Amino acid sequence: MLRRLHHEQPESFAFTKANQAWVEAQISKYPEGRQASAIIPLLWRAQEQEGWLSRPAIETVADMLGLAYIRALEVASFYFMFQMQPVGSVAHIQICGTTSCMICGAEDLIGVCQDKIAANPHELSDDGKLSWEEVECLGACANAPMAQIGKDYYEDLTAERFGEIIEELRAGKVPVPGPQNGRYASEPLSGLTSLTKYDSGKTKYNASVQLATDIGDTVKRIDGSEVPLIAPWRDKGANHAPGASKVKVAAPEVAAEKPAPAPKKPAAPKKEAAQPAAQKKPELLDAAREGGPDDLKMIKGVGPKLEKMLHGMGVFHFDQIAGWGTEEVAWADENLEGFKGRVSRDDWVGQSKTLAEGGTTEFAKKVKKGDVY
Amino acid sequence: MLQDQDRIFTNLYGMHDRSLKGAKARGHWDGTAKILQNGRDWIVDQMKASGLRGRGGAGFPTGLKWSFMPKESDGRPAYLVVNADESEPGTCKDREIMRHDPHTLIEGCLIASFAMQAHACYIYIRGEYIREKEALQNAIDEAYEAGLIGKNACKSGYDFDLYLHHGAGAYICGEETALLESLEGKKGMPRMKPPFPAGAGLYGCPTTVNNVESIAVVPTILRRGPDWFASFGRPNNAGTKIYAISGHVNNPCVVEDAMSISFEELIEKHCGGIRGGWKNLKAVIPGGSSVPCVRGENMKDAVMDFDALREVGSSLGTAAVIVMDNSTDIIKAIWRLSKFYKHESCGQCTPCREGTGWMMRVMDRLVKGEAEVEEIDMLFDVTKQVEGHTICALGDAAAWPIQGLIRNFRDEIEDRIKAQKSGKVTAAVAAE
Repeated sequence: MLRRLHHEQPESFAFTKANQAWVEAQISKYPEGRQASAIIPLLWRAQEQEGWLSRPAIETVADMLGLAYIRALEVASFYFMFQMQPVGSVAHIQICGTTSCMICGAEDLIGVCQDKIAANPHELSDDGKLSWEEVECLGACANAPMAQIGKDYYEDLTAERFGEIIEELRAGKVPVPGPQNGRYASEPLSGLTSLTKYDSGKTKYNASVQLATDIGDTVKRIDGSEVPLIAPWRDKGANHAPGASKVKVAAPEVAAEKPAPAPKKPAAPKKEAAQPAAQKKPELLDAAREGGPDDLKMIKGVGPKLEKMLHGMGVFHFDQIAGWGTEEVAWADENLEGFKGRVSRDDWVGQSKTLAEGGTTEFAKKVKKGDVY
Repeated sequence: MLQDQDRIFTNLYGMHDRSLKGAKARGHWDGTAKILQNGRDWIVDQMKASGLRGRGGAGFPTGLKWSFMPKESDGRPAYLVVNADESEPGTCKDREIMRHDPHTLIEGCLIASFAMQAHACYIYIRGEYIREKEALQNAIDEAYEAGLIGKNACKSGYDFDLYLHHGAGAYICGEETALLESLEGKKGMPRMKPPFPAGAGLYGCPTTVNNVESIAVVPTILRRGPDWFASFGRPNNAGTKIYAISGHVNNPCVVEDAMSISFEELIEKHCGGIRGGWKNLKAVIPGGSSVPCVRGENMKDAVMDFDALREVGSSLGTAAVIVMDNSTDIIKAIWRLSKFYKHESCGQCTPCREGTGWMMRVMDRLVKGEAEVEEIDMLFDVTKQVEGHTICALGDAAAWPIQGLIRNFRDEIEDRIKAQKSGKVTAAVAAE
């Protein structure tokens, strides 16, 4: 399915301080050099904070993880939970429409949405407060039909009850999530057929609903202050540096030997950033020389965005780049935000030398013909 | 029927204390260090002896899968990855484990990781399960706090880290190699096999991917012994199983019972019977959306296990039972699954990317009856061209429900086409 960036984008994006701390804790879950793994949780946090995923948010996350923007964009557009357009200011309602829910009445729920919110999915209601869409199986089939509103599942719905829920949301209230027909969780409605001695009713709600009511963030935009940040893997875990196993095998009555966890340094490949090469800032210009800047896009690896960035840094001409030595290249590699390493990867210096001398390259020919940009 | 004392998930509905204290009171985390001290080979042998087959749908023997992991590390770390991307339509069993009995899973992760020399385990939970993610993370935090996992887990001398990772709404990430891609921060597109994950999986390291339920039953099996587990169900279909029954039964529910329970007993005991009685039963999808449907009359006496359901032309899958009574437009129900697969195809292989859309559009017309009778065979033929011609099993999964429909309800499709042609409105169409 084609999913694109929204045509109207905000100027900028930044995580709140608490969300930033949360993000840093998440990144530490993955081994050194594998931080890209954190992209889905980070994009999701950005969406939780803003309600939808904007281009600046995607780019911010890509920069944090050292990824090219396109890598982040393709992840954002691949996974359907990422909303690529603004959603209702109060809530975005997702109706499960797959078979189990469909045969239990999901189409009626969609009818309620069309009636009370907007005719089409992803369309904002007139008051801008709500939007809706039909989604694929949400995995609460024994509680069909159901809908996810914000963070929570509203289960065992009827069209009537669902209509009330929408009106309550519109009025600024948050109805209690979970089964709406008096069930506790996913046990048989008529009463327990198993685990009867565990029907102790110790808590008011099932685990999901209890968390929802305790934290109270069903439809809230998350700023990170809702729950304290706990990341036990950082202080109590081996954190990718396990000591050698000291499990004493086949000694049933004897306690295991005390371990000597002497964490080895992670043997992960060192990233460039960890051991920066010697860098030197090249000579830069305040503005292009007379006659205007060269078309830097003729260099393979420089697109319109990078060209703009280079202009901003003070690079306008082929001969500037052609004169860079290793240290200047290292500096430029490090300072191209979002494009780190691009200068050496694509041999800008070599290309620029040819171009500065009036020569041309295969790639430059294509650019001139207008085949590229 | 299974007795309560033989149930593994004693807090499936979360009505009892869900904290670590409650879990310990129910017997979890009891003597975990001693289990580890029996050694890796002992654990794998016990798992093999128990006859546990993977609970994620394919039913591959769990102990055997573990034994594929390298015995000696070549310097690369090993990983256990738990597949909690429960997205198969009809399936809602792992959700109950993760939110209500999470310590069964956490303890299982420690033991299974130890058996595979993995010092780190990632649980990949589907993104929509936000509260389940929070509940599971809270339980992981508790386990770290109590020293059950982390450095010197359970004072056994073994260092073990457990991380919870989440997806963002892609069914395909339930496929094990797509899940690994996603966990590495990429689009969830399945990898070619070989190499299999046990050779080169997460970050190119030896990895085993197991379903939540397969891992969560491990501690209890090891505590009570493989013979106890194997005493339930028929040979080769051992153990207890969580069933999720949805659709047109009087009381849909998630329940743990023995393998090889008869369908009738399962429905009568736990679900209060079929809505409108057994005569009203039209069709059953016995194992989640990917398996073919079975006509009601063939299902009543069927036994819920891997081998028996194969005999009725279907499969146990995830044991997610979708029950449809006579009020159901079965063609439309299967069309909805076709729509699902079209939506969820990752787009990597052409037969699946194009075929799922093609199949859905023909199904569109079959639902309305605006087709020729010959197109039924053409559709069947297309499903055969998709099946088996893709990297992962999503193509097969998209084909099988349609094949099941054509095999079992061809008369109904033909009737609708004829009715449409002759201008007569059948009851089923009028009901829409």
